[in-house]
Amino acid sequence: MANQPAAGLRARMARWPVTAPPTLYLVLFFLVPTLIMVLASIQYPGEFGGLSPILIEDQGHTRLDITLENYQRAVSETIYLQLFLKSLWYAIVTTVLCLVLAYPLSMMIARSNKKYRDLLLLLVILPFWSNFLIRIYAWMIILGPQAALAKGVNAALGAVGMEPVSLLFSPFAVIVGLVYVHLPFMILPLYANLEKHDPTLLDAAQDLGANAWQRFWKVTFPLSLPGVYAGAALVFIPALGAFAVPDLLGGTDAIMIGNVIKEQFREARDWPFGAALSFVLMAVALLAALAAAWAGKRYQQQAD
Amino acid sequence: MALLEIRNVSRRFGDFLAVDNVSLEVGAGEFFTLVGPSGCGKTTLLRMIAGFDQPDTGQIVLEGKNLEGTPPEARNVHTVFQSYALFPHMTVEQNIAFPLRMAKTADDQIKPRVAEALEDVRLADKGKRYPHELSGGQRQRVALARALVNRPKLLLLDEPLAALDAKLKEQMQLELIELQREVGVTFIYVTHDQGEALALSHRIAVMNHGIIEQLDEPSKVYGFPKNRFVADFIGTCNLWEGTVTSAGERDFVLDLDGIGTARAIPNTTTKAMPQPGQRGCLTLRPEKLRIAADLAPLPEENSAAGKVHDFLYLGDVTIYIVNLDQGARIEAMLPNAASGRTRFFEVGDPVKIAWRVDAGHFIDG
Repeated sequence: MANQPAAGLRARMARWPVTAPPTLYLVLFFLVPTLIMVLASIQYPGEFGGLSPILIEDQGHTRLDITLENYQRAVSETIYLQLFLKSLWYAIVTTVLCLVLAYPLSMMIARSNKKYRDLLLLLVILPFWSNFLIRIYAWMIILGPQAALAKGVNAALGAVGMEPVSLLFSPFAVIVGLVYVHLPFMILPLYANLEKHDPTLLDAAQDLGANAWQRFWKVTFPLSLPGVYAGAALVFIPALGAFAVPDLLGGTDAIMIGNVIKEQFREARDWPFGAALSFVLMAVALLAALAAAWAGKRYQQQAD
Repeated sequence: MALLEIRNVSRRFGDFLAVDNVSLEVGAGEFFTLVGPSGCGKTTLLRMIAGFDQPDTGQIVLEGKNLEGTPPEARNVHTVFQSYALFPHMTVEQNIAFPLRMAKTADDQIKPRVAEALEDVRLADKGKRYPHELSGGQRQRVALARALVNRPKLLLLDEPLAALDAKLKEQMQLELIELQREVGVTFIYVTHDQGEALALSHRIAVMNHGIIEQLDEPSKVYGFPKNRFVADFIGTCNLWEGTVTSAGERDFVLDLDGIGTARAIPNTTTKAMPQPGQRGCLTLRPEKLRIAADLAPLPEENSAAGKVHDFLYLGDVTIYIVNLDQGARIEAMLPNAASGRTRFFEVGDPVKIAWRVDAGHFIDG
């Protein structure tokens, strides 16, 4: 018994070489930058961009030169509130569309012959092998006014006496782009979950009187909820902060909060305000996640 | 009229004939068992009754109604799966309520019926638990309660005790028999465990290569196996080869290879009196043999002499391997509670064995 603490210590020491590098990595490249941004969000902008010093000499003694003005601006000006709401809306629509598109696909892959599953998954992640920007530019061509798609749509609209529309540089284009970019992040966790389902459960449900529709809603879907949550989080959070897709496909009336944040750091040179907007966005994402978790609980209770 | 009729059912998977022209009838209230080695077609037959698989030819008729084209969810037949297949996201109560909900049972009916079903399987206090919080035996009982709660005409059980340890298995066997008697639902039980089949069933169908080798009561299947396969598959059996030397009225005389002359009775299933010159084998269960240091055979007994080659002490019984003087090696079982038992035989001890003429029967071919 006496040597047990020593053995425990030895075991902990033995784990260090394995756990230390990732811990160090996260502290250096995640925690420290986040803390820097927290500080930045309560500082004043520097004269030529960047940040003004956090400690200043004032009437003989040193004091902290910090402010909550950045947050006040971020939450009080209507334009930003609108952008937050719009981004939230785009992210929700993107998440729902991704779920609706990814679910049947993931189910199909999970239930396909084992021989083909890896190939099908490979096809899902294949687009990642080409550059992100190139894929978005491809969408600019597909949705562009000269492409067959826009021409066809406008011809159809013209036939029923409606004004032609621009597919590109519209909220529609942004949603298409966001769904396209994030779809694999929904498919993979869903597939990972669905693939583990015991097919006997569906046999049992059918045996006990459940038709195909009931088998899905009473067995498959509730069992897949962890995959749904994981996929939704992986899509919703990056979609909420997206800036490249709305930048390229959105035009002026479909910009998102991510574009504004990027602008604060680059063109406007107001790092503190950009940082404050970032944290408000983070809060929005957290609130949305909490709301989703709460809704999920309610759903499960109702299923009882 | 039988509750379930299987008429000339065949099922082929590619080149493999899983079920080969099987016909059988199961009566209402019966505990019927399909037993056989893996790949014998018992599970395929069960899946066809449940509706998960369709016969290539033949019919499955439940209460006079051909089930062809009726999907599993519309059959008044439930299955207890080997893995139990309890829904992991539902509590025990929700699992048991599932078939009631699917059958659109009124809400105020569901609660009392679930409670009653839990009572039936002695799990009244476990209703709020999730399946992963239960032991193997408890999960088994939930699966039973769920399958029985809306009183199906027929309950199919696919090796339901296979995952349990020996002690629990025996207890669950007793519970199954009691439960079946209580609820009065017809059980069709599939197992590869011949002991389980003997212990549980009213009737047993022994299957092999897609056909039914023998269909009878457990004592008949065990005591008088119809052919070599059944003799070998169900329990341990001495199969003594020999040639018929003369036929009589009720019995006949055999010259058994390496044993000697013996009187025997014809196959109790076919009842065909074998003719002189015919070859075949005599089936004798080890416990039907009398073994003693010295014995005078009774008038209706055959006997032989030999030496103990080896023995297995199993606690309740001892199995002796005896080399007969004429050359054959046989197996005899002696209960250790036998009255007048003073000592065990040791290896090399001379012994005599004797058996009644009707202790086993003759299988031709």
